[in-house]
Amino acid sequence: MSATIHGAATALSTFNSVDSKKLISPCRTNLPARSKRCIVAGSDASKRSGSRLRVGHSQKLIPNAVATKADTSVTTGTGHELLLFEALQEGLEEEMDRDPHVCVMGEDVGHYGGSYKVTKGLADKFGDLRVLDTPICENAFTGMGIGAAMTGLRPVIEGMNMGFLLLAFNQISNNCGMLHYTSGGQFTIPVVIRGPGGVGRQLGAEHSQRLESYFQSIPGIQMVACSTPYNAKGLMKAAIRSENPVILFEHVLLYNLKESIPDEEYICNLEEAEMVRPGEHITILTYSRMRYHVMQAAKTLVNKGYDPEVIDIRSLKPFDLYTIGNSVKKTHRVLIVEECMRTGGIGASLTAAINENFNDYLDAPVMCLSSQDVPTPYAGTLEEWTVVQPAQIVTAVEQLCQ
Amino acid sequence: MALSRLSSRSSGVSRPLSAAFSRFISTDTTPITIETSLPFTAHLCDTPSRSVESSSQELLTFFRTMALMRRMEIAADSLYKAKLIRGFCHLYDGQEAVAIGMEAAITKKDAIITAYRDHCIFLGRGGSLHEVFSELMGRQAGCSKGKGGSMHFYKKDSSFYGGHGIVGAQVPLGCGIAFAQKYNKDEAVTFALYGDGAANQGQLFEALNISALWDLPAILVCENNHYGMGTAEWRAAKSPSYYKRGDYVPGLKVDGMDAFAVKQACAFAKEHALKNGPIILEMDTYRYHGHSMSDPGSTYRTRDEISGVRQERDPIERIKKLVLAHDLATEKELKDMEKEIRKEVDDAIAKAKDCPMPEPSELFTNVYVKGFGTESFGPDRKEVKASLP
Repeated sequence: MSATIHGAATALSTFNSVDSKKLISPCRTNLPARSKRCIVAGSDASKRSGSRLRVGHSQKLIPNAVATKADTSVTTGTGHELLLFEALQEGLEEEMDRDPHVCVMGEDVGHYGGSYKVTKGLADKFGDLRVLDTPICENAFTGMGIGAAMTGLRPVIEGMNMGFLLLAFNQISNNCGMLHYTSGGQFTIPVVIRGPGGVGRQLGAEHSQRLESYFQSIPGIQMVACSTPYNAKGLMKAAIRSENPVILFEHVLLYNLKESIPDEEYICNLEEAEMVRPGEHITILTYSRMRYHVMQAAKTLVNKGYDPEVIDIRSLKPFDLYTIGNSVKKTHRVLIVEECMRTGGIGASLTAAINENFNDYLDAPVMCLSSQDVPTPYAGTLEEWTVVQPAQIVTAVEQLCQ
Repeated sequence: MALSRLSSRSSGVSRPLSAAFSRFISTDTTPITIETSLPFTAHLCDTPSRSVESSSQELLTFFRTMALMRRMEIAADSLYKAKLIRGFCHLYDGQEAVAIGMEAAITKKDAIITAYRDHCIFLGRGGSLHEVFSELMGRQAGCSKGKGGSMHFYKKDSSFYGGHGIVGAQVPLGCGIAFAQKYNKDEAVTFALYGDGAANQGQLFEALNISALWDLPAILVCENNHYGMGTAEWRAAKSPSYYKRGDYVPGLKVDGMDAFAVKQACAFAKEHALKNGPIILEMDTYRYHGHSMSDPGSTYRTRDEISGVRQERDPIERIKKLVLAHDLATEKELKDMEKEIRKEVDDAIAKAKDCPMPEPSELFTNVYVKGFGTESFGPDRKEVKASLP
């Protein structure tokens, strides 16, 4: 159905070993030299501008974040390369240029430039009233962002780490999510709440939380998770333009991913999932950093003769059951790979949704690989085993496809 | 005499609250100066003058509106006992002077945000009795379409931002609205009301810190009715001087049962906030009912205390005495006014009772803004995807 290009066989063999250093490195380093090979996309991809085909390439177990548009001729050749945090910054800057109501508030976003450099240079360009350095009071400044949004401003609230937003949970849940409903539609809350989360590199338990599950039950908000520079910029722009409150989950380890994105303006659809690699045998649903682990495992799997279909679900609330459903109807087997907690996580909800809607199409029970229900330990080896590793993905696929 | 003056008056300016208002209200705006009964106490700022400029029109409007608010709350009490209003119902009777005085000092561009004791403030901002009772009884015609309830009254066109159930959470929201007013250069202020119980919330001080840092036109108003639900203020707060709690933020203590003192203080605060940043107002007021309808209100305070305040400090009585002292109306006229108000309230209740409940499909509306992810895409997507602006 679609052709993919593998890396050299030698490169592939290194994937099979579970070596802690190599496993952690993938998402951080940039590839110095990289050729852009065009991929023939599956027939589905050509219809949707949001779909991307991932080319897996590598010398050092580093999944290449090159993505190419399958159909439009405009972008072949043009485009500029940047890192994910720069893509977020570009998206934010473009939206702030376009609409004077957009403002950013968070800790150290202004003069410091943002703890992950996402807001670098914006304070100089837009001034202190639009890029606001707040004191350390998540509850209050999230509340203030929501109050400002009630009047028509479009604040982008940055949590320095998603874990800190727990302090603002009341504001997010009760005010942000519910005000549109309880006011009978009088007020809209067009805020974007964004920040990095996920397990980093030995950052300790409180700074390595996966909190998508805590927010997913809040009615009235939308949640998206970005994973590549292309969809980071697209989702940032879409989230800012959306009239609903959107929580944009980024990942600490993905900020330095490099990719070439189009020069012209584009927006990704907030509710749409991304087809990363079409396949026939099994559907692997993933998001955020686990996408790269899955793609790594996919190389091994392809070598072993399996043809996995990888979908980056991107939209965590609501789920894009259309794309997922079509995939399930094709492959009849589902594996969910996520970094969220096992109990009550995104994967748990997705499993329930798939079982409810597509029970007739499943040949095997839906399997969900999530991170362990433990606080993230500090020790490197233990931390590695808290999250799902490619070898586990390979084993799970083999088990499901028996 | 009063009667001759009355007969020569033309029918008054119609106001949203009063239907049959015309008979008693004079367009006579000759100023009347009223002295507030208690002096103001200030912290880090000057006190405003005790002489308040008013007019006979304003005096009568105050009386009328406060009587309407009082009647509305008492009617809500009976409706609750008749089980037509369910859940939580927090009544404002006794505190009407704060709502009225504040409205008199500001415009509809200035924003007000308050906690759950919001029925009278909604009325003051221009809401109608019909909307109030429909919302309380969960009907379609309610201000939040019946989906909010007693604690969620909002009126966007009059800059009334609600109506919040979680204690203290409205204060950061209020500072955010003040921020937006500064951002948009509106020359307006925001009044964020909270109670003496909420004054101990951390987010209040966080929001105050940011407001003071960024010079936001936010006015934090503590409606101190001396009881945080069942806990008296001396048992909940180490320092009961709520107007001083801002530390570096100026504060003013006001007699909250005197509508003119409230009006003066709010006008002063608005001027201050537009120039110098946040200010705290503490309104010393009292509620006759318990915290809510499920609280009898007598287990933590004596009935003597309640009746004592009612006799000595009742805001409506005070205005009534002023009206009579200035010969603006006779006792009988005021009584007739009250009867009229009673009828108005009863009519509104009857009309609201006739209103239908919301449709079942309303359960899913307004969760998201229409057209943007309102429905989760099902397995067979039939609807067209919304396109972003």
